[in-house]
Amino acid sequence: MTETALPASPPKPSAAARAGTFLRLFARNRMAAFGGGLLALILLVALAAPILPLQDPFAQDTTQRFLRPFSEGHWLGTDHLGRDLLSRLIWGTQLSLLVGVSATLLAALAGSTLGVVAGFLGGRIDNVIMRSVDTVMAFPYILLALAIVAALGPGLVNALIAVAVVNIPFFARNIRGVTVTLANKEFVDAARLSGMGDTRIIASEIVPNILPVIVIAMSTTVGWMILETAGLSFLGLGSQPPVPDLGSMLGEGRNALISHPHTSIIPGLMIFAIVIGVNLLGDGIRDALDPRLRSGALTRPLPATLVDRAETPAIAAKPDALLSLEDLRVEFRLGRRTLKAVNGVSLDIAPGECLGLIGESGSGKSVTALSVMGLVASPPGVIAGGALRFQGRDLLAMKPGELRRLRGDKVAYIFQDPLATLHPLYRIGEQIAEAIRVHHPVPQAEAMARAVALLKQVRIPNAKSRAGNYPHELSGGMRQRVGIAMALANEPELIIADEPTTALDVTVQAQILKLLEDLRRERGLAILFITHDFGVVAQLCDRVAVMYAGEIVESGPAQAILDAPAHPYTRRLIACVPELGGGRRTLAAIPGLPPGADDLPQGCAFAPRCDKAQAACRAGRVALTGQEPGRGVRCLFPETAEDRTETA
Amino acid sequence: MNSYILKRLLSAVPVLLGITLVVFLIMSLIPGDPATAILGSYATAENVERLNRQLGLDRSLPEQYVIWLTNMLQGDFGRSFSLNRPVLDEVLDRFGATLILAGVSLVLCSIFGVVAGVISAARQYGLADKAITFAVLIGISIPSFFLGMMMILLFAIQLRWLPVSGMYSIYGGGDLPDLLRHLAMPALALSVVATGVIARLSRSAMLEVLRQDFVRTARAKGVPERRVIWRHALKAAMVSIIPVIGVQAGFVLSGAVYIEMVFQWPGVGRMLVEAILRRDLLLVQGGVVIVAACYVLFNLIVDVAQSLLDPRVKT
Ligand code: SF4
Repeated sequence: MTETALPASPPKPSAAARAGTFLRLFARNRMAAFGGGLLALILLVALAAPILPLQDPFAQDTTQRFLRPFSEGHWLGTDHLGRDLLSRLIWGTQLSLLVGVSATLLAALAGSTLGVVAGFLGGRIDNVIMRSVDTVMAFPYILLALAIVAALGPGLVNALIAVAVVNIPFFARNIRGVTVTLANKEFVDAARLSGMGDTRIIASEIVPNILPVIVIAMSTTVGWMILETAGLSFLGLGSQPPVPDLGSMLGEGRNALISHPHTSIIPGLMIFAIVIGVNLLGDGIRDALDPRLRSGALTRPLPATLVDRAETPAIAAKPDALLSLEDLRVEFRLGRRTLKAVNGVSLDIAPGECLGLIGESGSGKSVTALSVMGLVASPPGVIAGGALRFQGRDLLAMKPGELRRLRGDKVAYIFQDPLATLHPLYRIGEQIAEAIRVHHPVPQAEAMARAVALLKQVRIPNAKSRAGNYPHELSGGMRQRVGIAMALANEPELIIADEPTTALDVTVQAQILKLLEDLRRERGLAILFITHDFGVVAQLCDRVAVMYAGEIVESGPAQAILDAPAHPYTRRLIACVPELGGGRRTLAAIPGLPPGADDLPQGCAFAPRCDKAQAACRAGRVALTGQEPGRGVRCLFPETAEDRTETA
Repeated sequence: MNSYILKRLLSAVPVLLGITLVVFLIMSLIPGDPATAILGSYATAENVERLNRQLGLDRSLPEQYVIWLTNMLQGDFGRSFSLNRPVLDEVLDRFGATLILAGVSLVLCSIFGVVAGVISAARQYGLADKAITFAVLIGISIPSFFLGMMMILLFAIQLRWLPVSGMYSIYGGGDLPDLLRHLAMPALALSVVATGVIARLSRSAMLEVLRQDFVRTARAKGVPERRVIWRHALKAAMVSIIPVIGVQAGFVLSGAVYIEMVFQWPGVGRMLVEAILRRDLLLVQGGVVIVAACYVLFNLIVDVAQSLLDPRVKT
């Protein structure tokens, strides 16, 4: 199992969590329902126009001109010719909807036909059709519509045609895309082999499959087309007097806008109501179809991980520890589900010490490391208990500003995969200089000079010109050196390195480890080194803590544990490394998978994969006990000398 | 970089040719005798004959296209019969007004849209986010021409802050404050829908970017949150926002037609609508080609801007 997954990303949500997010999105769905209801109401009234007791929309009465709304006999008043506005509004709505929907159908039919032909036949024909479609799309849409109306002459049908034509490319492009994927599917090949002609294949295999796509595309454009046809009528290029549609009513109303605004406001509000209804409904549909929104994946992480501790533990003085974690608990709260990623981890790092934190992916080691400076993505991450102390100060009680001043200054991080962790659009020199300047008010030029010096220190050749490169212009090893240079920028007391060598190949990995080792010696840095590779630990670390399912299962001096692992899991991890420092390892040698963070076994979490498991192991929580000074193991039946020779 | 710009410039040539071809084909749809249609009430036998000769209307379609294209390349877009002056002169006279209107609107909607989107994303699910989301929904649902009319009622009639219309020429007379007073309402009305669209997109682009690892790196460096959002995240988000602004430019240009009618703005959009109503087809034809060509060039600029922002595009 190579670790490609993001260390801090929460496990996939279960059905229960999905239900939770669904509830959170309920408010949006209610808006969608409101939009749908509004549209249905308008549609119903418009369709019922012939049977409603409406006055003649064309009957003029010059004695009744410009009556205000709520006048007797004319609920919405009358227009400049004394015609009843309510009647004209409802008939006009009907006409506008009719024209808009017809234009949509026309565009869908023509566009989809072109799309299917282009996508199915491919080659020359595809090329010609798609080139034409691109050309049409190069116009601002209304210019094209105006040109068509100009050629055909103003009128409602011509406006309809113009709007439809302008929207053909949208359908053609979408449908072509879908058709191309379908045309390469097996069932189409099968149909071809069975001797079916193109037309029959299209009719029997393609069309049924693209219909849903067409319907969705229509639903997203129909509101737009209603608005556009109304717009052309508003300009006087669509519906001609005396026939009312919403656009021409608004256009006529404009002439009396100042003296009799109701003649404009009434049709305008109707257009607004239709468009907002379509938009609300469309948003609802889109949200429901977009799985990312539902999974809550599109929430942005807060500046610092949320802290929600039941009680603040009393702080015991530990003068010799630089960083100490006490009973740290971190959870991912996904809707109603809570995943426990870190379950009471306690660690101390002395100044200048290198502590390796080792485990498989999903063991909680990265989450532990990220929570030190509040970098666990939140939501959904929450620090739910315990204490974090740096140089005696309670990190979890700090204000965001205080924590920020520590980040990158006293405590710096090096991450895995520097291509993703460096900003793609800033030059690397700038990125390092920024790390300096956010903590120290030095001029840009001086910060840049220091950035170049740092690049030299991490042994990047031609540091000065390299500083002007963007991350994508460097090799993976170079990028990781940049990451290290950035971490060193402010001479931190502690570096937290989260799998800094995992993405690199063996030789580069060895170089980077050597570099870290040298820097540690030169500067007296403390390092918390997160890895899944015991080979790396052996090379660099003084002490090591092994994590499994959010708990520390064994800790002690690195060499002692390598020589004589006490926990069965540790022994198996070490067994995965055939020769020390040999580079990337896989952990597939351990049968089974670590338990999911939401269904931890009652007793020892390793029991399902442990070949020594007994009933007692599953009975209750196993405590971390020390056999020898400085060592601890969370196992009822620790490894003995015989066990170890057995595997060796 | 220069080779990229050159490549993009060259790729615009077929698009420009395509545009003229599309316009030409549309105009060949004119029912009946084209010369008579073009001349309308000016269609004396003598005029018809002259126009036929001039535009080659008695020749085959491909020949007509070539004649038309050659004329255009020489700056001859024909004559507007209703205005009795060359099409090019009229379009150029009007184009400035449209450029000012659409340009200012595009700037407004880009700034407001991006700022609103960023705030919305940074305060996701907070009060500001909800208020912006609601305002955006209203904004993208109001037809610009209706909004323009309502603004006239409110700002010009009720409050008397701004003039109703009366922007006759941007070249003579009015000084800058006068221009701004006349521009305020139309530019605002025109920018509302695009602001909404850009705000929506910026919000989701920012949400996407804020989850990425380099944002965590910035925070781990100790970069203040405000700088994380407005520099690190926004710069990366701009890569997907800029193309949308390019697309919105087309919508703003289109919307300008309505707004110019509502506010009696002396731009090219109003000129086109009036030309259609007067059946002044050569004016429509020339206007459409010129504006569309400018739009293609604008998109080219957007692409180049994109490549300047994102060093990875360099090819
Ligand atoms: S406690 Fe039991 S199950 Fe757990 S590791 Fe030890 S022997 Fe195995």
